[in-house]
Amino acid sequence: MIIQSLAFYLFAAIAVASGVMVISARNPVHSVLFLILTFFNAAGLFVLMGAEFLAMILVVVYVGAVAVLFLFVVMMLDINFVELRQGFLQYLPIGGLIGLILLVELLLVGGAWVAAPQVSGEMSVPIPPPAQVHNTEALGQVLYTQYFYLFQAAGLVLLVAMIGAIVLTLRQREGVRKQKISEQVSRKRSEAIEIKNVPTGSGV
Amino acid sequence: MMAMNIEYALPEVFLACAAMALLMLGVFRGNRSVRLVMGLSVASLVIAGVWILVSAQQGAAFGGLFITDGFSRYMKVLVLIGASLTMIMSVRFIERENMARFEFPILLLFATLGMLMMVSANDLLSLYMGLELQSLSLYVVAAFRRDSLRSSEAGLKYFVLGALSSGMLLYGCSLVYGFAGSTSFDDLGRIMAAELLAKGSISVGLLVGLVFVAAGLAFKVSAVPFHMWTPDVYEGAPTPVTAFFATAPKVAALALFVRVLTDPFHDLMAQWQQIIIFISIASMILGSLAAISQRNIKRLMAYSSIGHVGYALVGLAAGTEEGVRGVAVYLAIYIFMNVGTFACILCMRQREKMFEGIDDLKGLSKTNPLVALALAIFMFSMAGIPPLAGFFGKFFVFMAAIDAGLYTLAIIGVLTSVIGAFYYLRIVKLMYFDEPSESFDRPIGREMGAILFGTSLVVVLFILILSPVVDSAGAAASSLFTG
Repeated sequence: MIIQSLAFYLFAAIAVASGVMVISARNPVHSVLFLILTFFNAAGLFVLMGAEFLAMILVVVYVGAVAVLFLFVVMMLDINFVELRQGFLQYLPIGGLIGLILLVELLLVGGAWVAAPQVSGEMSVPIPPPAQVHNTEALGQVLYTQYFYLFQAAGLVLLVAMIGAIVLTLRQREGVRKQKISEQVSRKRSEAIEIKNVPTGSGV
Repeated sequence: MMAMNIEYALPEVFLACAAMALLMLGVFRGNRSVRLVMGLSVASLVIAGVWILVSAQQGAAFGGLFITDGFSRYMKVLVLIGASLTMIMSVRFIERENMARFEFPILLLFATLGMLMMVSANDLLSLYMGLELQSLSLYVVAAFRRDSLRSSEAGLKYFVLGALSSGMLLYGCSLVYGFAGSTSFDDLGRIMAAELLAKGSISVGLLVGLVFVAAGLAFKVSAVPFHMWTPDVYEGAPTPVTAFFATAPKVAALALFVRVLTDPFHDLMAQWQQIIIFISIASMILGSLAAISQRNIKRLMAYSSIGHVGYALVGLAAGTEEGVRGVAVYLAIYIFMNVGTFACILCMRQREKMFEGIDDLKGLSKTNPLVALALAIFMFSMAGIPPLAGFFGKFFVFMAAIDAGLYTLAIIGVLTSVIGAFYYLRIVKLMYFDEPSESFDRPIGREMGAILFGTSLVVVLFILILSPVVDSAGAAASSLFTG
């Protein structure tokens, strides 16, 4: 038990600290690296809660794909982040105030948290006991049956996102020399080579 | 094992398959096939519409995530009419304006599919997935003319604000789920009714969730105070895209709004009624006042659509079956008026260039009398002058509001529609009493002529089809309240 809570505080503290570093680091590349650290710690927290599938997804998808892509983008774009952050102190009071109000509201709502008594009976997908079914299997059991429709709809949304990205960015440019292997291979000797009879002593 | 019951969702499944098949066709045949893909897209929309119209099945599919009832069938037919008419109107435009790429009809098809899913949503999750499929396609078509600064700006603005509103909606959904323990509309309705019965009040978390969900949906229907994106997006997007925005998505989002508030949150009516009354009054007032100073006809139509959403919400604010019937009639009329008006706007071309200024309409009655006559009919109808269609739309929602005892709301509605008549009638005045500047290009095209003729016929002779429309709207509304 003690080890568990120690691990929780360790992961949580590092997650919060690196979260702060994400927005305060001067070098944008460092920001992204801190973001990756935050993801790892959040994954650790998921493992502690017994949600090992979410933890692995977080590491594979966010760290493995999203954050690395982010890193590339940050390295390739020439953005002056110091300039972007100039108004930070100016907007700090009003931003802080709004954040504080939201926090108070959240606490008020959270303080009144009482699950409706009928919840356990009404739950559409009851949580199976963790001793019998581990949670990857539990997710798999409902994802392609109960939530089949949503799964397909999510697929369509991703397809639209892909079409959209291609429509908005792909440009057919004129005058670009592309390698066409079939043309190269099917070229005949007569098209490629011209034999000139050059008399001695004069140029072509 | 739960029941799939896929037969209730067959028109949607067909539309999804058709969109993917047409995408493959476009990819393999390139941009030469734009006309073909466009024609087949319209055909598949029509097939889906007829399918929905003739199949009388009612029930829940996919384990209760998707529902087909009278209300969803009525709204889906409206959505499909709006989508297919605006798609036909855009054929010529995209060819002339160098936008002829096969992805355009495909994206509109996916957007329409998203709308059908929204209308049929019976769960907070399927609501969100349908909404995202629709919005994501619309963000892309708004920015479709990517070489134009205004179009890109419109797309980006729509995307950023749309993402913000989706965030609000999701936050609301998560609160509702956290406090009720379910996302299904049926369960939510039961849980809330039981809680009200047991304690006499509802927990704060559910209320906050309801407010966030309502705010997110109000953004999607562009009701005041969540309307800021509308004029800029309408002005910047290519004109046929604006026509699409103003018709089908509005109907779908309003239908979703009606279903969410009257189905799962039905017992919280005392709470949401205040919100709806406020946004309805604010939309009606802003829609009529802000439109007066507009010089661009697309901006004017944006404010006009904000006003129309306000009028439609009057019916929802009544919260009765009669009110929902009013909303359904209003939306049917709104679709035809807006399609017709945008067909006129698409005819505003001089020497191969599009014009969007209101002053360009000067003297249209002399240079182009038929288009002027059609536009005048639509403007009179939008102003709500009997016996044109627009009058009946307003009549039914205001009557519902009066029957529900919302006298102030009805009076404000009548007053703002009088103010709104000013800018509609000014267009008529410009066309008929001012000196012409220059003639618009002719011919306008056969399909445009047909659409103009058909929609103006519907608007003028609406009184003849009044009773079937009101009957089917009434059946749609009653399916929502008894089911």
